[in-house]
Amino acid sequence: MTTGPSPIEMLTARNLECIRGEHRLFSNLSFSVNPGELMFVGGPNGSGKTSLLRLLCGLSLPDDGEIYWNGTDIRKLGVDYRDVMTYLGHLGGIKDDLTAIENLRISCALAGCEIDEDQAADALGQIGLAGREMLPARVLSQGQRRRVALARLLVTRTKLWILDEPLTALDVAAVELIKGILEHNLAKGGMVIMTTHQELVMSTVTVHHLVLS
Amino acid sequence: MIWWIIKRDLLLAMRRRSDVLTTLFFFVIVVSLFPLGVGPEASILRIMASGVVWVAALLASMLSLGRMFSSDYADGTLEQMLLSPVSLSALVMGKAISHWLVTGVPLVLMAPVLGIQYDLPVEALIVLTLSLLLGTPVLSLIGAIGAALTLGLRGGGVLVSILVLPLYIPVLIFGAGAVEASTAGIGFGAHFSILGAFLLVSIVFSPWATAASLRISMG
Repeated sequence: MTTGPSPIEMLTARNLECIRGEHRLFSNLSFSVNPGELMFVGGPNGSGKTSLLRLLCGLSLPDDGEIYWNGTDIRKLGVDYRDVMTYLGHLGGIKDDLTAIENLRISCALAGCEIDEDQAADALGQIGLAGREMLPARVLSQGQRRRVALARLLVTRTKLWILDEPLTALDVAAVELIKGILEHNLAKGGMVIMTTHQELVMSTVTVHHLVLS
Repeated sequence: MIWWIIKRDLLLAMRRRSDVLTTLFFFVIVVSLFPLGVGPEASILRIMASGVVWVAALLASMLSLGRMFSSDYADGTLEQMLLSPVSLSALVMGKAISHWLVTGVPLVLMAPVLGIQYDLPVEALIVLTLSLLLGTPVLSLIGAIGAALTLGLRGGGVLVSILVLPLYIPVLIFGAGAVEASTAGIGFGAHFSILGAFLLVSIVFSPWATAASLRISMG
């Protein structure tokens, strides 16, 4: 792992520190993620995994340290950074009263890539929700709601994916499916940073493990 | 993009009609109870009509502020909005417009009907409706700032009233004042100009201030 900003396309974190209340979650945390690389963020509950991801996507500011995308501070990049980044939090952004298709189309529109009904139905079909597109999310199971949220990954054209516990509530087949989607993005030169408590064996790609304690 | 947000919020409001109706019922009930309580003296009712309708509209609008961002906050959509490449101010503008369409417009449409209970002359009814038409969007836009600032706080409902009420008062004074001025025959043009100015200022500043408040609340 290298530290310091660099002009090639990569995400670099330098000396990150995050304090919540009187508790220091982590400090002096430095790493970088290059194209085609996957980083697992691990650690026990409450070790700051979600806080780290929120810093990386720019939702909150680090107490110390900087995050660079292609050598430029992400705070200065603003929209240019949000254009290349997809964040999926553990709250999926799924509305109970909207159907799976409506949920997907709206979350894609919010992410800046508008899709029509056929594209949305196609993506939902690929993620294993064929025939359930028109059901309100209220009646879907936890795993199915997760699939609706994850379907966005099939449509998005962003490079950097920051995923918070994407595999929660998914069955074995869906985990394989997500693995395939991640590998596809990494093969195209994308980057993935994710937290998970499940073992995910990725043989073909460079994998970093970052363990918070 | 604004259109997407408006369409989505209207769709959600259609699927969850009780929320919309609560605000409207509150408005209708408050306005209808006054004549019963005060008595059928037409001259008194005529004097207080505009004030009562405006205060009720203001409270009804405030009643629904808590819901403006809270469901998006709870299900994680708000995070996605903050991370959207689309400008947050534009998204917030969409939220404020849909809030007005869902809570403000029904009040505006209902006002002339309720005004009849107060024996208002036709001209005063028209002025009342127009003043609400100009004033209620200001309430939604200002309210958005308060709703964004108190997001995720316990007891946010009380706090939002305290924050937002002082800013609502000028709208109330000039809104209700327009009707009084027209009944008194001194012309309501000045009141409407000032309400219009409030609207323009809030259109310019509110989305920006609300976006900044959301970033603070979510940070």
